[in-house]
Amino acid sequence: MLQPHATPPSAIRNFCIIAHIDHGKSTLADRMLQITGIVDDRAMRAQYLDRMDIERERGITIKSQAVRMPWSVTRESGASDAYILNMIDTPGHVDFTYEVSRSLAACEGAVLLVDAAQGIEAQTLANLYLAMENDLTIIPVLNKIDLPAAQPEKYAEELAGLIGCEPEDCFRVSGKTGMGVEPLLDEIVRQVPPPVGDADAPARAMIFDSVYDTYRGVVTYVRVVDGNLNPRERIAMMSTKATHELLEIGVISPEPVPSKGLGVGEVGYLITGVKDVRQSRVGDTVTNAAKPAAQELGGYRDPKPMVFSGLYPIDGSDYPALRDALDKLKLNDAALVYEPETSAALGFGFRCGFLGLLHLEIVRERLEREFNLDLISTQPNVVYDVTMEDGKEIVVTNPSEFPGGKVADVREPVVRATILAPSEFIGAIMELCQGKRGTLRGMDYLSEERVEMRYTLPLAEIVFDFFDQLKSRTRGYASLDYEADGDQTADLVKVDILLQGEQVDAFSAIVHKDKAYAYGVAMAGKLKDLIPRQQFEVPIQAAIGARIIARENIRAIRKDVLAKCYGGDITRKRKLLEKQKEGKKRMKMVGRVEVPQEAFIAALSSDDTGAKAKK
Amino acid sequence: MPQLPDGEPVPTDGSLPATALDAMAANPFSAYLHVPFCRVRCGYCDFNTYTPGELGDAASVPNYVRAVEREIALAREVLTRGGRAMPPLTTVFVGGGTPTMLAAPMLAGLVGRLLEAFGTPGEHGRPIEITTEANPDSVTPEGLEILAQAGVSRISIGMQSAVPHVLATLDRTHDPTAVGRAVRWAKDAGLQVSLDLIYGTPGESLADWEHSLRTALEQEPDHVSAYALIVEDGTRLATQVRRGELPAPDPDDAADSYELADALLRASGLRWYEVSNWARSDTARCRHNLGYWTGGSWWGFGPGAHSHVGGVRWWNVKHPRAYADRLASGTTPAAAREILTPDEVYDETVLLGVRLADGLPIDALRPEGRGAVAALIADGLVQHEAALRDRRLVLSMRGRLLADAVVRRLVLGL
Repeated sequence: MLQPHATPPSAIRNFCIIAHIDHGKSTLADRMLQITGIVDDRAMRAQYLDRMDIERERGITIKSQAVRMPWSVTRESGASDAYILNMIDTPGHVDFTYEVSRSLAACEGAVLLVDAAQGIEAQTLANLYLAMENDLTIIPVLNKIDLPAAQPEKYAEELAGLIGCEPEDCFRVSGKTGMGVEPLLDEIVRQVPPPVGDADAPARAMIFDSVYDTYRGVVTYVRVVDGNLNPRERIAMMSTKATHELLEIGVISPEPVPSKGLGVGEVGYLITGVKDVRQSRVGDTVTNAAKPAAQELGGYRDPKPMVFSGLYPIDGSDYPALRDALDKLKLNDAALVYEPETSAALGFGFRCGFLGLLHLEIVRERLEREFNLDLISTQPNVVYDVTMEDGKEIVVTNPSEFPGGKVADVREPVVRATILAPSEFIGAIMELCQGKRGTLRGMDYLSEERVEMRYTLPLAEIVFDFFDQLKSRTRGYASLDYEADGDQTADLVKVDILLQGEQVDAFSAIVHKDKAYAYGVAMAGKLKDLIPRQQFEVPIQAAIGARIIARENIRAIRKDVLAKCYGGDITRKRKLLEKQKEGKKRMKMVGRVEVPQEAFIAALSSDDTGAKAKK
Repeated sequence: MPQLPDGEPVPTDGSLPATALDAMAANPFSAYLHVPFCRVRCGYCDFNTYTPGELGDAASVPNYVRAVEREIALAREVLTRGGRAMPPLTTVFVGGGTPTMLAAPMLAGLVGRLLEAFGTPGEHGRPIEITTEANPDSVTPEGLEILAQAGVSRISIGMQSAVPHVLATLDRTHDPTAVGRAVRWAKDAGLQVSLDLIYGTPGESLADWEHSLRTALEQEPDHVSAYALIVEDGTRLATQVRRGELPAPDPDDAADSYELADALLRASGLRWYEVSNWARSDTARCRHNLGYWTGGSWWGFGPGAHSHVGGVRWWNVKHPRAYADRLASGTTPAAAREILTPDEVYDETVLLGVRLADGLPIDALRPEGRGAVAALIADGLVQHEAALRDRRLVLSMRGRLLADAVVRRLVLGL
């Protein structure tokens, strides 16, 4: 068998699988592991490569994996040639576009996997474009052809139209039964070009993922481009100039196996003993410290948080635990940023920056699940660049810090969005995008029934409720992808919410001037339903600066007394009081107004189910 | 019916810590007797009561009487342990259920058994106050005479309402005119009369409530109790409200009803002395209930009855058969108990004392409570005259309607 460090590039094929959630990528990967013999039937489990619980439950890949699989192709003469297939599993979500691009850069080919019953989705399309930009050889594959609802002819047409091949060039497989998988592996060998590199040049390897492991520290996944990496060498990170000793080097097959090194075109892992993924950044170039390369591989950039949200412990005494948990998550998440923040309404917490909404959700879920924290998160917001009339520039990551006074210009981030949907929904989508301040950039029919629409949209609108609205207006058929596309000047104002004249910082929002009134009315109404009546009247106001734009009133409660309190009632009544003592912890005071934590959570969540929190 | 609270186990002989027995000696002592029988079960009622058909022979009236007699003997034994003197009975209250479901001689007999068993501090060897509850249609002149002879001094009549459709919603079977008759007979027998009223019944208008109040006042009672209807979980009324067959009581309407009640009662010479109780004079106040609200000790006899002796609270098993079985086998009928910590005693003192017109001495409050008083005055929840002049915390009209909120502010500093 071909050994790492001793595999000629001509025998190597590096490929990835591009697919939408639920289109069967993990299942196909599972079959490949079995058919190439590196996982036997006994050790097999579903979604073998997804390690995190969240990945398994949501059916998504957050962290990349790279698996080395042996495969031999039999010639017509009967002789067979040995190859090494490196399958690089990529994250499949819009929040991780940069990570995806690095994974793609580690490959020469891509399997474009599409559900034969559903057709291509917007995110897949976006990743397909990325793959084509990286000059990858694309192998179109229709999956789930065993399903009764499969329409392989129809979707083969669609794929052929997209990548410029013939419909009959589309492979047909079933990841579930394994049908068609062996010929697909042969085809990967045939079509995907072998890696090209200079074996004698100074080592250059690209980091396409790095993962923190409690026992081993940071495990860094690399693709060697030039030269080779060997155990015990000192390596250098070219962006940070930091050097580390290579404690271990090896390949994943599918468990980590140490090797004598990695040569040109090979894919594997490095362990240097560093404890923080920030010291081993995705996209960075690894070289030999003693004999460094002159030029780093292109394409590296620092992760940039796009979406911010305040995270607060429901129980204020959990603040140190939240800080420790964020510190731990950060070890494995180079994109996560946070700094302490104090909210008059929510207490002590952190303003956290994320790549996008899914990233936010995942971090929040991991904090709650792995660290047992109960959290409130404020309405996600984007970053605004504010220029004052005196020329001073302010970067706003928390709406409550939006400056009052003489603002000259506010810039907000925009995205280039791609929406794929059945053509019957064109009208509904246009209406939605228009309402969300979108600009149509173009529209193409993928087939008679399916259309691709391209829009420029403010990221703030996407972050607010765009996706939910899109899904509901297209009965779930539309898919969405977007990527950052600079910023634009916009007429934005800060809407504050006041309870009894007291501003509630957690509810401040930056919205377009034309929507401020609707937002104010909706928020005041929502709070009126959520906040229990107090012993005094509580006015709720929405205001832009000093101007009140909406007002509601919570009438004072008139009766709060148990009529009967005799011998048998006393114990019950005292126990109720004791329970209320406990409940006091979950009660936040805004001025003199008692606001139950549940009301905050419900008011900050975008759905309407929270209205039930009212007692 | 309400679940019994959680508590710690009670020793099988029902014995009490010596500290509790010592503590009770300083205070007046009372007896409560629970009669768990009703002719019908009302849709709103969550008390521990049973109609005759619901109970088999094992829990029949004679068995109930025998069991109570056994509990009286047990109480004597527990309270006099260590050579302690028998505490004299200051008050007795017979409640239910419908005590007058028992034949008058039988009820008189049980009262007599209590008086025999305990000393009495009043004149003529009688306690100062013996009250029985009664339904308007379950009393007779003869029966009332028998009870008066046995020492009963006070009767609390479950009038509830004078409006037929309200009574029907409450499942009360009595003819509204039965109340006047019952009051006359009771007065003839020399008893003080209290009328119980309920407001906030689904479908009751403010005019209905005013009619009930005026009808009650025409009887010139010595005492009136008026309670807002509570839709208790598990009652038929709760089911009807849940299904939308009846509207849920509105707390704002209840506040209007309370204010109307207080105005009409006061105009007729009855003054509030507890949130839900009004009396024509200080001597017409219910001494027994005042004991509950001021930390007094009492033994509650009968199934489901609660007791309090010197900082220990306990409660009997609820079912009459389980109650009788326990006593027959020589063990305490108590289901569980709690020994109050000083913090718990404080909480009770505040939550009960606040409800009284006599109020709470401000100096008895802990710092967070004293700190809350100024804001309570500012919010119009307590009477500033009493606070400034007498250093007592006495609720204003608004405060009476928000008494539970006042308690939270005093105890929790909210």
